Amino acid sequence: MAQDGARLSRPGAGRVRPAGRARLAGLALAGAAALPLGFLAVFFAWPVAAIVGIGLRSTERGPSVLALLTSAETWSLVGFTLGQAVAATALALLAGMPVAFLMARCAVPLRGLVRLLVTLPFVLPTVVVGMAFRTLFAGSDDGSVLAIVLANGFFNVAVVARTVGGLWAHTDRRAEDAARALGASRWRAFTSVVLPSLTPAITSAAAVVFLFCSTSFGVVLVLGAARYRTLETEIYLRTVQLLDLRGAAALSLLQLAAVVAALALGARARRRRETALRLRRAAETVRRPQGGEWGVVALAAGVVALLMVPIVGLVVRSLSTVDGWSLVGYRALLGSGQNDTLGGVSGLAAAVNSLRTAFDATLLAMALGVLASVALSRLPRRSPRFAHAMDVALMLPLGVSAVTVGFGYLVTMDALPGDFRTSPLLVPFAQALVATPLVVRTVLPVLRAVDDRLRQAAATLGAGPFRVWREVDLPMVGRAVLAAAGFAYVVALGEFGATSFLARPDAPTLPVAVGRLISRPGELNNQMAYAACALLMALTAAVVLLVERARVAEVGEF
Amino acid sequence: MRRNVADRSAVRRGVLGRTALGRTALGRAVRAGALVATVALGAGCSLVGGSGGSDAGGERKVVLVTHNSFSPPKELLEDFQKRTGVKLEVRASGDGGALTNQLVLTKSNPIGDVAFGVDSTFASRALDEGVFQPYRAAEGDRGPQRYAPQGGQDRLTAVDVGDVCLNVDTGWFQQRGVAEPKTLDDLTQPQYKDLLVAEDPATSSPGLAFLLATVAKYGENGYADYWTRLRGNGLKVTSGWEEAYNQDFSAGTGGKGQRPIVVSYASSPAFTIGDDGKPRTKALLDTCYRQVEYAGVLANAKNVDDARKVVDFLVSPEFQAKVAESMYVYPAREGVTLPEAWQRAAPLPERSAELPADQVKAGRERWVEQWRKTVRG
Repeated sequence: MAQDGARLSRPGAGRVRPAGRARLAGLALAGAAALPLGFLAVFFAWPVAAIVGIGLRSTERGPSVLALLTSAETWSLVGFTLGQAVAATALALLAGMPVAFLMARCAVPLRGLVRLLVTLPFVLPTVVVGMAFRTLFAGSDDGSVLAIVLANGFFNVAVVARTVGGLWAHTDRRAEDAARALGASRWRAFTSVVLPSLTPAITSAAAVVFLFCSTSFGVVLVLGAARYRTLETEIYLRTVQLLDLRGAAALSLLQLAAVVAALALGARARRRRETALRLRRAAETVRRPQGGEWGVVALAAGVVALLMVPIVGLVVRSLSTVDGWSLVGYRALLGSGQNDTLGGVSGLAAAVNSLRTAFDATLLAMALGVLASVALSRLPRRSPRFAHAMDVALMLPLGVSAVTVGFGYLVTMDALPGDFRTSPLLVPFAQALVATPLVVRTVLPVLRAVDDRLRQAAATLGAGPFRVWREVDLPMVGRAVLAAAGFAYVVALGEFGATSFLARPDAPTLPVAVGRLISRPGELNNQMAYAACALLMALTAAVVLLVERARVAEVGEF
Repeated sequence: MRRNVADRSAVRRGVLGRTALGRTALGRAVRAGALVATVALGAGCSLVGGSGGSDAGGERKVVLVTHNSFSPPKELLEDFQKRTGVKLEVRASGDGGALTNQLVLTKSNPIGDVAFGVDSTFASRALDEGVFQPYRAAEGDRGPQRYAPQGGQDRLTAVDVGDVCLNVDTGWFQQRGVAEPKTLDDLTQPQYKDLLVAEDPATSSPGLAFLLATVAKYGENGYADYWTRLRGNGLKVTSGWEEAYNQDFSAGTGGKGQRPIVVSYASSPAFTIGDDGKPRTKALLDTCYRQVEYAGVLANAKNVDDARKVVDFLVSPEFQAKVAESMYVYPAREGVTLPEAWQRAAPLPERSAELPADQVKAGRERWVEQWRKTVRG
């Protein structure tokens, strides 16, 4: 048996199929890995390396790289950056877990609504959220670390709830019930049965949230009020304002090192935990909460209510003017702002731009992300080192400053045919860079949890590798794939950093338009900016609903 | 709209996701995704093929690189095309600082032919790096050249002036019977304690201009003391203009702020005119710092001839008449009438402070650092 297992665990190796099939499978796997890695190399690694290289070679006056890397100020920047990111990640995890439980396990009314509501914060432009939190913390004039951590947590509860909830909905309930029957307390059953099986999703979510928080820009800028700075804000300052590319390069390297270290740690923790799980239909794992579970549901409801505070504030703000309640902001969306702030582009046109760009980005992110997930789920048996490196590499775009990538495009993309620097395609490409890691982190845990014996059984029965994938893997991860598509779309919709840098003036996305409107005087511009935020949330809600619909109607769950 | 349907369907067939996934496996999930995709594509959701077609054809084209505050009326740009037969394409990203640094990075292979929006704070850097080539606008002597940067008169043409001044909420002072401040010195007086909100010069362009105003007034040796006194008098600092003006300023757009003095622009009061026709705010004209924005032909431009026409166009009476309303700045050309609201509420400051561009370049980083230590230390 053991021998058989070892043989069969290498797809194709021990089958009655011709050797050509196995080679084909190997080739397909290589292709699946090469495509996302190639994209990453051209649209991420090359530009970043180029701009960092220019910085390191620069002979401008100013402190040397070494002096910068060893200065106490730099290290306090690193400390604050990591510290606030860790705190915000912990917060997002603590707040997201009850919500994930509610979404995955509880047959309670309004569950769909909760799924919808927690996604809304994710698309809001950071400047606007920063300003919303600023009014909530009006007392602290001098910038507030608490506000920064809360705002970063606010953005990311959705990541935790969705990533963890996705796996949780499909983990078998029976082991837990058995533990309870054997006398374990609810808490004991949770910590020794549920939590270990969820660990891959939890560490995945934590890694993503950590990266988002450590590169958070708008929030830190607005809420830090010139007092609190992070590596990200400092890189922006040096690149954009001072053109101190050497300083920016040194800090970028530091940022990269910190991110790689954190990711490697996370990946290690994850690997130790990843095992095949008995995945079930979501419908089988849901039931009415019992006893103490109601407490968790209440907690989740509390989290959702708190998340709604800034959102309701924004909506109220979009409706209230100095002269009382009014819809002028919404009517203004038909035009291009007071004094034509958006240069002939109406708010609605910006919304259409957003939808189209996000659509392209999603297609691309899904193609790359699913291919990468398939490769990552199969590679460890063939070349574990490579798989680990690839896993970390795919996440990097989340951990590197948008400004670095944007300026990198300027100095590299003219080498591509047709001077790609000014191509309208750069926007969806950059958005796909951000969305792909989320697709991987949503799909991969489920893919890895698929019991390999099912694949082996199918192979033994004569199915080729593609057939195995189609009949075993795909039905199981179908739901995760759709969830990932919805999430990727939402991420692309809300992406601000790279988009604001790359979007053409005649084709701003909605978040970019909000940024422009809010930085101009004029009551109407302000009103329109908040109305545009409300529109953005409405669009997000529509997308999430559409995906949920498609899920129920089309996908036969396992 | 002007989308090419045939183009789009071709692209649709070639889109990565569909074919790659389609070949490996087309399970129900993917079919569902494909359904959504088709519906979305049918609704015109893809960007591909949307505007790409407009670049095609043999029409002459000149590319203007600028920052994202540039938003002239569309008709004006079309007017340029009608008069010259050249299509004017605008590429914008980031603020004035980002623009300058992009131009420096791409100077050997610029992303356009002509640039607008390098301001007096950054001009020195652009000139030293050889970003621009010599060109004098035909009508440069009708006013613009009086603002031209030292040593750059042959390469940069001033297009507009956007002074940064303290703004006050006139109603606030009237209600309380407190006299409005007039000078920078006044702000350190006890009756103005806790009333001022200013922006961080490291992250905000008006914040930097205001810091430069204090350097111009108190000198390199005295400005830090002035900021120490401001700090002692309850100065509030924000990262950006948005928070300061919209949230903290008592007469700002939010209308809920607590502070009646803010660092903003000379033009801001024109946008606070109420139904009674009176502005709610006023710029203190003795506290202003002059910021000038320039245009110039890029050193390695592919289309130099048409790039020159764009510079001429930017200082033409037609364009200059629109800069106030569409960009919130004052025309550089002489004899251009300001909009009525501006004449009433936001006249051009006449005694604005200024520092030579090379002094700004040499001192800026040091001053900002000193500012941080003084105000945030």
